[in-house]
Amino acid sequence: MSEILVLVDHADGRVRKTTTELLTLARRLGEPSAVHIGAGADEALETLTSYGAEKVYVLDSPDLDAYLVVPKVEALTQLMQSATPAAVLIPSTPEGKEIAGRLAIRTGSGLITDAVDVRPGDQGPETTQSVFAGSYTVDARVTTGTPIVTVKPNAVTPEQAPGAGTVERVDVAVSEAARAAQVTDRQPRTRSGRPELTEASIVVSGGRGTGGDFAAVEAFADSLGAAVGASRAAVDSGWYPHAFQVGQTGKTVSPQLYVAVGISGAIQHRAGMQTSKMIVAINKDEESPIFDLADFGVVGDLHKILPQATEEVTRRKG
Amino acid sequence: MNIVVCVKHVPDATADRRFDPADSTVDRAGVDGLLSELDEYAVEEALKLTDDGEGEVTALTVGPERAGDAVRKALQMGAHKGVHVVDDGIHGSDSVATSLVLAAALEKLEFDLVLCGMASTDGVMGVVPAMLAERLGVPQVTYAAQLSVEANQVTVRRDSDTAAETVVASTPAVVSVTDQINEPRYPSFKGIMAAKKKPFDAWSLSDLGVDPSQVGLNASWTAVISYDARPPRSAGTVVVDAGDGGLKLAEFLATQKFV
Ligand SMILES: Cc1cc2nc3c(=O)[nH]c(=O)nc-3n(C[C@H](O)[C@H](O)[C@H](O)COP(=O)(O)OP(=O)(O)OC[C@H]3O[C@@H](n4cnc5c(N)ncnc54)[C@H](O)[C@@H]3O)c2cc1C
Ligand SMILES: Nc1ncnc2c1ncn2[C@@H]1O[C@H](COP(=O)(O)O)[C@@H](O)[C@H]1O
Repeated sequence: MSEILVLVDHADGRVRKTTTELLTLARRLGEPSAVHIGAGADEALETLTSYGAEKVYVLDSPDLDAYLVVPKVEALTQLMQSATPAAVLIPSTPEGKEIAGRLAIRTGSGLITDAVDVRPGDQGPETTQSVFAGSYTVDARVTTGTPIVTVKPNAVTPEQAPGAGTVERVDVAVSEAARAAQVTDRQPRTRSGRPELTEASIVVSGGRGTGGDFAAVEAFADSLGAAVGASRAAVDSGWYPHAFQVGQTGKTVSPQLYVAVGISGAIQHRAGMQTSKMIVAINKDEESPIFDLADFGVVGDLHKILPQATEEVTRRKG
Repeated sequence: MNIVVCVKHVPDATADRRFDPADSTVDRAGVDGLLSELDEYAVEEALKLTDDGEGEVTALTVGPERAGDAVRKALQMGAHKGVHVVDDGIHGSDSVATSLVLAAALEKLEFDLVLCGMASTDGVMGVVPAMLAERLGVPQVTYAAQLSVEANQVTVRRDSDTAAETVVASTPAVVSVTDQINEPRYPSFKGIMAAKKKPFDAWSLSDLGVDPSQVGLNASWTAVISYDARPPRSAGTVVVDAGDGGLKLAEFLATQKFV
């Protein structure tokens, strides 16, 4: 069986859930080979192996972190030449998509971004994408070169299936050209202790209707073990950091449950949450477009509804 | 400083966007279009960088006849020149082919800086800026929330997934900007009138020396197998709060096993 390269997404010394999802998908297509670029491969090995990595390519050098995108493209190009994989799966983060875009041009390979499903087909991997703010689904495939596919979070439920996990260290030579854009300062975001927005199975988001009261949104989220998100109106008002914005110019989320609190449901917001499995809305305006999407909606004042719901959820959980 | 802003003409997101059943491409003729909102931020940033009177802003688009409207809007906002690469051979191009044509046009224009939007509002791929940098062999700095240019160097502040970063690169460079960077201006009446007299060139593939067999639907490295309108979400239950709205919500979440 052919190798399927999976670019490992990791941060703060931890393998992200998207990686285990990609390994699960890769097993449908061939033998997964995890590509771990940067520090922390030793800690990652156990997770990668338990989700089916037959091989783990380890590429480590400080240069890989100090410069943007291009060193990773060079490393993957090198691996694509030596391993001749049947496909390359990359997480659909902003950086992942840029790596994929450059890799496609460098290796003469077709590129599909933001897939929500990948499966084997008669003529190579077939993908499903969700387009136009979730109003259409498109099935597609790559016709030239090695299929390069970026995959969105929550595309599949990760399943364990131990692989051999054979480590192969790969020497990286970062070219002069790859040093063109240098990161001179990096301020890690303080972690909230809540699940990560794009990985969470429940997301509670607050909008302009909260009037800035995110404590109530956070309390409700915590009662459910959820991540907290925000609309652009809430972010622009300075009520919540931009990193938590859901929508076209923020994060795309696809959780089991999305709760929109005081959010009207503008098209740009919907673009980031429309593929959620279940949607719940609290809004005082019964005409609000968010109710067109909601599986369950409560019309009323969120300042009354949210604390009551929080208390009741906490009570039921005992 | 010479800045080229890449502007894309896209179907209006508030209209009924759809595919053309003839060849499964995005329907760009039957749906109202406009300058991609996210490219307005790039135009605005270019204007701010040249408002000391130094340098020139060129708005560049690749697309069908109507795509010229995207350039026209940029000229109305204040860009100095427009270029529209228009050729029947381009129809159906994917991002790989589009970036090939854009790069060829950029090589013909002289630039210190190429500014792009963070993503187009129709495809939302966010890959063209990186592809341009790859093809032009210049540094890329994407998702700029703040940008300054001094002495052949760009400095960008950006919010990555895990950190706030400062990135520096030498010019010429490709920079994409987010909607956090500025507040795009509206064209003034004077701007709208002035735009009509500004230089606006139309270039074909042969003007750029691009081989037609490398672009368009048949040259695409990907193929659409099928597309489907997603069934609208079925109407849910909506209750009006009568003092027990929070309890009802918790009850619903419990029946769905979230509690
Ligand atoms: C280029 C571009 C990109 C954009 N990107 C994004 C994006 O990524 N994400 C995003 O979210 N938006 C984005 N937007 C903005 C988007 O168009 C909307 O303006 C925004 O989503 C509105 O946020 P909101 O729903 O919180 O506010 P509003 O539309 O003002 O809605 C507030 C809602 O709260 C309700 N409300 C008020 N008080 C109460 C109360 N006491 N109890 C209950 N309900 C109450 C109101 O009835 C109303 O429905 C973008 C716009 C543009 C032009
Ligand atoms: N056809 C085009 N003409 C001009 N610029 C484009 C075109 N397509 C993409 N761009 C630029 O590339 C950015 C990202 O586009 P995309 O990768 O398609 O999401 C856009 O915001 C534009 O600045």
